[in-house]
Amino acid sequence: MSETKEKKSFFSEMVFNNPVFGLYLGICSTLAITTSLNNAIGMGVAVIVVLVLSNILVSLIAPLTPDEIHIPVYIVIIATLVTVVGMLMQAFTPQLFSALGAFIDLIVVNCIILGRAEAYACKNGVAASARDGLMMGLSYTFSLLAMSLIRQILGTGIVDFSNPMTGNQVFSLRLIPAGFEIPVFTTQTGAFLTFAILAAAVAGMKISQEKKAKEAEKAAKAAAAAAAKEKAAAAKAAAAKAKEAANA
Amino acid sequence: MNLFTLFLSGMLINNIILAKFLGMCPFMGVSTKLSSAVGMGIAVIFVIFGASVFSWFLYYYVLVPTGLEFMKLICFILLIASFVQFVEMFIKKQSPSLYKSLGIFLPLITTNCAVLYVALDNITQKYDLLETMVNSIGVPAGFMLMLVVFATIRERLDGNDVPEAFQGNPIALIVAAIMAIAFGAFAGLV
Repeated sequence: MSETKEKKSFFSEMVFNNPVFGLYLGICSTLAITTSLNNAIGMGVAVIVVLVLSNILVSLIAPLTPDEIHIPVYIVIIATLVTVVGMLMQAFTPQLFSALGAFIDLIVVNCIILGRAEAYACKNGVAASARDGLMMGLSYTFSLLAMSLIRQILGTGIVDFSNPMTGNQVFSLRLIPAGFEIPVFTTQTGAFLTFAILAAAVAGMKISQEKKAKEAEKAAKAAAAAAAKEKAAAAKAAAAKAKEAANA
Repeated sequence: MNLFTLFLSGMLINNIILAKFLGMCPFMGVSTKLSSAVGMGIAVIFVIFGASVFSWFLYYYVLVPTGLEFMKLICFILLIASFVQFVEMFIKKQSPSLYKSLGIFLPLITTNCAVLYVALDNITQKYDLLETMVNSIGVPAGFMLMLVVFATIRERLDGNDVPEAFQGNPIALIVAAIMAIAFGAFAGLV
């Protein structure tokens, strides 16, 4: 029971509290680099690494930072981490680095990272901040994967993944026969459309869930009222019985 | 490259929002009213121009001679943050009325990825000082154009009957998708 509950909360954290589709944070990179699965995974991993490390460092350094300059301090921490990650990617995964282009550098201004430092890591402990960074990074990667899968499958008809270290193709699968793909999904228009539809889907799910919760609340209230009535009736009956007994 | 071509391509062909997907956060946030769109647009033109020219000097006169080119990301983001802070203080002191209309947008610009992108792109493309200046006006001019056009559309959108799930940002993104098709036509301009 508790396991299913945990699974459910993990899922709801991924979908309903999704920083990208729910809060519209970090949409620039989500729209720009989700043309292929490779890019999405590379970007996702880079953001997870930066986010976890920055959350850890910020949670350590927050008590020592004067309030007036906390944003510059956090930005310098994030920029340093991004520089390191960018250099590592340039050295070990050069193809991925050139495919992602300026967007590796622009992780610095990804609102999710500064947002988590500001909203969570500066008030919480190291372990909790690291966990929060991992969760946020995973849900960001989750939205990148959703976007890139839809765009790549509809746009090119092929799903493929290649080893980022060597550039060799690991697998490639054609899902839509040649001539039936919709190339517009690989363009900017496709990015906006896919994002709009996914964001609307998340919003729609939220709305229907809220409605359900309201209905459940109403039903619970009605049930409680009915139960109270029944109880009162039972009490009355019992009192009447007692009276009868007393009379007898 | 011809300077006019550079300006035009920065503004229309490689439009920073529709072709590069940068500066989406202020784009979604501020484009709901025409007056705030104009204010934000002017503030962004000013900050991008100033920050790009300063970072060009910083890169070629400080970082290259000292061999610290790999530090450019850290230096530029600090420069942008302090430049925005400085501009905010300056406008507050010199022109309180302008501060009132621009003030709330200025802190938002620090986290506008367009500013950092233009500063970095000027270095990557190896532009000289004049090209840097033209590029740093053309790109934010395209940003302002999009912001203003989009704000007028969204003001009309408010009165329409949109499905519940699409209300707010999703329908705005659909509009952006259609505008991206229109701006795609500029590709043949140069």
